[in-house]
Amino acid sequence: MAQAFFGGVHPNDMKAATNEKAIEQLAPPAQVVIPMSMHFGAPCTPLVKVGDYVKVGQKIGEFRGLGAPIHASVSGTVKAVEPRPYSMGGDMMAVVIENDGKNELSEEVQAPADPDALSVDEMVEIVKNAGIVGMGGATFPTHVKISGGIGKVDTVIINGAECEPYITGDHRTMLERPAEIIGGAKYLAKMFGVDKVIIGVEENKQNGIDMLNKVIAEQKAPVVVEPLHCRYPQGGEKQLCQAITGKQVPPGGLPSNIGCAVFNINTTCAIFRAITQGMPVVNKIVTVSGSGVIEPKNLECPIGTPVTCLFDACGGLKDGTYKIIAGGPMMGMAQYTADIPVAKGTGAILAFCEKEEQTVEHPQCIRCGKCVEACPVHLEPLFMYQYASKGMVEELNEAHIMDCMECGACAYVCPARMHLTHMFKTGKQLVKNKAAADKAAAEAKKAAEEKKEAVNK
Amino acid sequence: MTDYKNLKLIATSNPHIRDEKTTKSIMLDVIIAMLPALAYGVWQFGLKALTLTAVSAAACVFWEWLYRKLMKKPQSINDLSAVVTGILLAFVCPVTTPYWMVIIGDFFAIIVVKQLFGGIGKNFINPALAGRAALLASYAGVMTSWVDPTVAGNKAPLFGSTADVVTAATPLAYMKTGDFAGLTEKYSVLDMFLGKTGGSMGEVCSMLLIAGGIWLIVRKVISWHIPVAYIGTVAVLTFLFPKGGAPGLQWMLYSIFGGGLMLGAIFMATDYATSPVTKKGQVIYGIGCGLFTVFIRYFGSYNEGVCYSIMVMNLFVALIDKYTKPARFGVVKSEKKEAAAK
Repeated sequence: MAQAFFGGVHPNDMKAATNEKAIEQLAPPAQVVIPMSMHFGAPCTPLVKVGDYVKVGQKIGEFRGLGAPIHASVSGTVKAVEPRPYSMGGDMMAVVIENDGKNELSEEVQAPADPDALSVDEMVEIVKNAGIVGMGGATFPTHVKISGGIGKVDTVIINGAECEPYITGDHRTMLERPAEIIGGAKYLAKMFGVDKVIIGVEENKQNGIDMLNKVIAEQKAPVVVEPLHCRYPQGGEKQLCQAITGKQVPPGGLPSNIGCAVFNINTTCAIFRAITQGMPVVNKIVTVSGSGVIEPKNLECPIGTPVTCLFDACGGLKDGTYKIIAGGPMMGMAQYTADIPVAKGTGAILAFCEKEEQTVEHPQCIRCGKCVEACPVHLEPLFMYQYASKGMVEELNEAHIMDCMECGACAYVCPARMHLTHMFKTGKQLVKNKAAADKAAAEAKKAAEEKKEAVNK
Repeated sequence: MTDYKNLKLIATSNPHIRDEKTTKSIMLDVIIAMLPALAYGVWQFGLKALTLTAVSAAACVFWEWLYRKLMKKPQSINDLSAVVTGILLAFVCPVTTPYWMVIIGDFFAIIVVKQLFGGIGKNFINPALAGRAALLASYAGVMTSWVDPTVAGNKAPLFGSTADVVTAATPLAYMKTGDFAGLTEKYSVLDMFLGKTGGSMGEVCSMLLIAGGIWLIVRKVISWHIPVAYIGTVAVLTFLFPKGGAPGLQWMLYSIFGGGLMLGAIFMATDYATSPVTKKGQVIYGIGCGLFTVFIRYFGSYNEGVCYSIMVMNLFVALIDKYTKPARFGVVKSEKKEAAAK
């Protein structure tokens, strides 16, 4: 039965450019630039210095607090440890490795003797050491999600919605590596102690659904595929939970609050590879597409590969390319330079040269209410826009702006072409600044009172 | 190979793609939806219907252009919303209205009601209806003299004069007095549906107005909520409480096809700027319009209540919006009650 969630939009999926093209291995890049922040949480500390020789799978960045370790994706010599531009905007400390082309595997990569005999704690430890994060783009550390969810989660969902237009990496993975997905799903079932794992896949990937069902039948795996109506943002964690279980994640909460845990298709594959081969996350499947790319492709490349290498492998860019996006067209980040590397969450690199942008001068809201209809988290973007543009922080809070997940559905559907998502990012910052200022003021007041009391004594 | 260093990139916020619909395409759809009714008006009332509509649309565009020019604001006439206002205002005028008079109505609609409050999306009353109300208050005689299409054949209309007000048509005058026998003698229900009645030039043909409404719903310009709630409310009330000893069903059909109800419910009440943004709010608003329409027709001094009922409900929109906010995502009703209990 195909399921649905509230709101959403139906952009043209644009997947035909790459959904029949098998995943190609990119020729090894001469150099990789591995940023120390590829996960949700504080950046990693580099463990190597200039001149060190590193091998594939060797840990080169250690995390503190919330995060995941980072590993070398090629073998070779460290050329630099310095801030470099990365896909989240600005510069980030990065380890630059010159590839010696030998692809030597590190001794740290050790396959467990019997993967099926591992305890839950051992498996979580392996996931943690493998540096696995949410590969769909949110990059939340997977080991935290698993250890935090054990005991609370009764529904394990694998996210194969891939609702963003253009991106086909997960679809190709379903067709070409279904056994890895099902294998990973089985380990997830074991870790959470559930007897069934649900894979949610949008109906526009019927051959992917068939392929998964075939492997499930062959392996008699405790996995079911749930076809979903195509609608953006189906692949949003909270929307997927709603589509599959009918339950809503409470404001500011996580899927584990309603007994769900969601893992991306390629995260599941990474879990499989880590548990069976001891292999950390060193590669990424990237869809290179968009009107500006001469020959769109699905490419698998080492983490840290400069995106220019990907474009070169796709025949280069067309003249007039005005936008490069890391991620999908709905939530991806536009880049100010092509000098960025592929990170763990980079599912797509898009280049646009046609009129995708469609901005107008002086947009004027016509109050049509289409944004209210489209918002998957039940907000009223048109009012939030007014509040944010006037800096009305209290009203923004009352309008629950912090619930906004910046999915872009409202701005996509807006006939007046208002810059809604942009304004909400600004508005959220206003709310955060105000909260910080209030907190600082309260602390200052408290300190002053304490001082006064001390003097009085 | 590509020179990656010298790309001229723009970095804007997501989303990087947009739906095809624009304000202009929506307004164009509305204009298309009004064309059948306009064609009928020309057929029934003569070429004057077309010229009057054209003059009104052109005047609205001119006033908007002039205001934005004088106030040094960015031009907005390209969004075609002024054209829509112009056509709608002509639709709610009798075909005998002089050109200069409709131009004054356009001035009131565009400058006073729309631009002085900030332009498109900012006005709180439907500009076309406000323009009509201004004309009615200023030139009551002209605005209530209706061409009678049943006299001397449909194609050669004579100038008749019946006492009728607002967007009212002749049948409503009979209905006001409860003269059901006189009404059925003059107009059949089919006449009402097809538009062979006196009235404003764009409001008479319910059939083609409904066709326009279906076009708007199919094109997703409007949703069914406001028209259905509005017409449904009028239908239920008139069915339950017929006047003049008329059978309920017949009275109901005369009521919903008479006057400007179809034009009002489909094209006026659904105006984005002056209707609620949530579906729930739109249903409440539609019901409110229906109630006021029937109340004015039954108890008011006017024959017709569509124009004023919509304008009154326009004033309630901010309030309706305030109390029909969507339930916060992730907050279930029982939890809300618990929170309220605390």
